[in-house]
Amino acid sequence: MKAGSLAMAFTYRLVTFAARNVPHSMKILVLISHVPDTTARIAFTNDNTAYDTSGIQFIVNPYDEWYALVRALELKEAQGGTVTTITVGGAETDPTIRKALAIGADDAVRVDTAPKDGHDVAAQVAAFAKDKAYDLILAGKETIDHNGSQVGPMLAELLDLPFISLAAKLDVADGKATAERDVRGDVEVVECALPLVVSCAKGMAEQRIPNMRGIMAARTKPLQVIPAAATEALTSTVKFELPPPKQAVKMIPAEEAGKLIELLHSEAKVI
Amino acid sequence: MSVIVFADTRGEKVAKSALETLTYGRKLASKDGASLTLVTFGDASVDKLAALDANKVVVARNIGDADSQQLTRLVADVATKEGATWIVFSHDDTGKAVAPRVGAKLNAGEVAGAITLPNDQGLIKRNVFSGKAQAWVELKTPVKVISLLPNSIPVEAATGTAAVEEYSGDLGTAKVTVKEVRKAGEGIPLPEAEVVVSAGRGMKGPENWGMVEELAKELHAATACSRPVSDMDWRPHHEHVGQTGIAIRPNLYIAIGISGAIQHLAGVNGSKVIAVINTDPEAPFFKAADYGIVGDAFEVLPKLIEAAKKLNAER
Ligand SMILES: Cc1cc2nc3c(=O)[nH]c(=O)nc-3n(C[C@H](O)[C@H](O)[C@H](O)COP(=O)(O)OP(=O)(O)OC[C@H]3O[C@@H](n4cnc5c(N)ncnc54)[C@H](O)[C@@H]3O)c2cc1C
Ligand SMILES: Nc1ncnc2c1ncn2[C@@H]1O[C@H](COP(=O)(O)O)[C@@H](O)[C@H]1O
Repeated sequence: MKAGSLAMAFTYRLVTFAARNVPHSMKILVLISHVPDTTARIAFTNDNTAYDTSGIQFIVNPYDEWYALVRALELKEAQGGTVTTITVGGAETDPTIRKALAIGADDAVRVDTAPKDGHDVAAQVAAFAKDKAYDLILAGKETIDHNGSQVGPMLAELLDLPFISLAAKLDVADGKATAERDVRGDVEVVECALPLVVSCAKGMAEQRIPNMRGIMAARTKPLQVIPAAATEALTSTVKFELPPPKQAVKMIPAEEAGKLIELLHSEAKVI
Repeated sequence: MSVIVFADTRGEKVAKSALETLTYGRKLASKDGASLTLVTFGDASVDKLAALDANKVVVARNIGDADSQQLTRLVADVATKEGATWIVFSHDDTGKAVAPRVGAKLNAGEVAGAITLPNDQGLIKRNVFSGKAQAWVELKTPVKVISLLPNSIPVEAATGTAAVEEYSGDLGTAKVTVKEVRKAGEGIPLPEAEVVVSAGRGMKGPENWGMVEELAKELHAATACSRPVSDMDWRPHHEHVGQTGIAIRPNLYIAIGISGAIQHLAGVNGSKVIAVINTDPEAPFFKAADYGIVGDAFEVLPKLIEAAKKLNAER
């Protein structure tokens, strides 16, 4: 091949590279939390200071699984890259982490500590992620046990990164993320250059049930356990309580259904 | 010593959630003998801001659709200058993104979704396990951040003549930019609604939602639905309430043809009053209800609409 055509081939390469828009292969980190099953009994022990985990089935937090993890896998499948999960918790969370690996994550990290509060989770993840140059860090909208919606924004602050909250759709192209958020009933379309932190809500992806191959593969995928960074608790949960039992329901015969409206107005005073 | 309240004052009317945070902040301030500073952004008029119940208002103009990093800088900067001990947000879309960031920036503990003021021991209550339990939380840091769950405390109306100060610090540019807003249409936004009419698979198909919407209209209510209903695209996704949808706590939740699965209840059990209409007397929702009708939605709804029209005509 003559030098000229070589140069041309090279230029051609560059052109197709730009034209086809070959995406940069992404490094994605997904925060996975370990929570009681959505139907789990809620009871407390030790004088109402601790959740009673006896006989409780634990699952991957639905927002982390169905939305964050599955969307991360879809982006990786479309554009290339890696999906690493991180969990802050003790060895009891390992089966939950293996589930995330079975769904398709490449590898997992567990920070070996019982987190003191949401800030502690964020601080532990930040300590791990700060020098790893992730393009995208995905968290769930909230955990279904703690319901803080705190970890995502705290992590973004600790890493000094932009944050998109409550994303219901997420796409990445040309080093930029585009997301749709449901805010006050409206849909807001936002854009942000990578890297950033996103909290994921319903709509982002469909649930994936792990297949046998995934489950087998998960057994041998790397799960790295790392020691926790030294942190101080900023908050503490002192005790729990259960809501007072509901009053017995007042039944209204179907033929007199209109009476419900009267009662809601004159008795309950809510309309 | 001061209490900082962050409230979004954009729009024609100051949102109820903003007035709730002001009430909450006012109570904290009077307990501690502190002053109350309202921090806001946008283009609200000086008159409107001055009339809000605060000692001082700091407003950042010209930052448009500020992102969470800019708002964090704004609140943290004002809080530091004012020597804030408490920083109060609403646990709404903006507060959920900014309050934790401010906590992390100032190394201050945060209670997300507080439902009470601090008790005698300084503990604050919040919902956990999707409303199936509550937790009392202690904030161990000198600066304390609260995001207040909407509809948790009654607004105490007050007017003031606050000094309005323009914020002059550098907030940088927004990294997250808003490209487009698709308006959902006329209805009342679900998270802000005081009355919600919700329906499930018992309605059989999307073509039957006319009655649900009509009842909602008569009751000045927002509409909501169960998850299968939005999964099947009978209704838009933003109407889906529950564990994986949104959590709401209206004064009244009317559930029509919804079984009351635990994951659905997780999103609505904070409602003050629940009324359930279901053909099945064994439907679990009746256990969570204050009022119940065992009956066919297709027969009951027209009666409810008629009664609501009558009530509206009378008042
Ligand atoms: C991890 C997880 C998360 C979930 N998250 C959510 C969530 O966020 N929100 C949610 O809603 N669900 C959620 N679900 C699903 C939930 O478990 C239920 O399947 C769902 O709530 C059922 O919806 P439904 O009540 O509309 O339908 P169904 O369970 O089918 O109930 C229909 C009801 O309508 C009644 N009915 C039928 N015909 C009539 C009639 N003519 N008039 C009056 N009543 C009638 C029936 O008696 C029945 O009670 C979740 C499930 C899982 C596993
Ligand atoms: N212990 C944990 N380990 C890893 N990620 C977590 C943990 N706790 C919370 N997260 C992530 O942070 C999100 C918000 O959690 P929360 O602030 O508790 O509502 C969750 O959906 C997870 O993605």
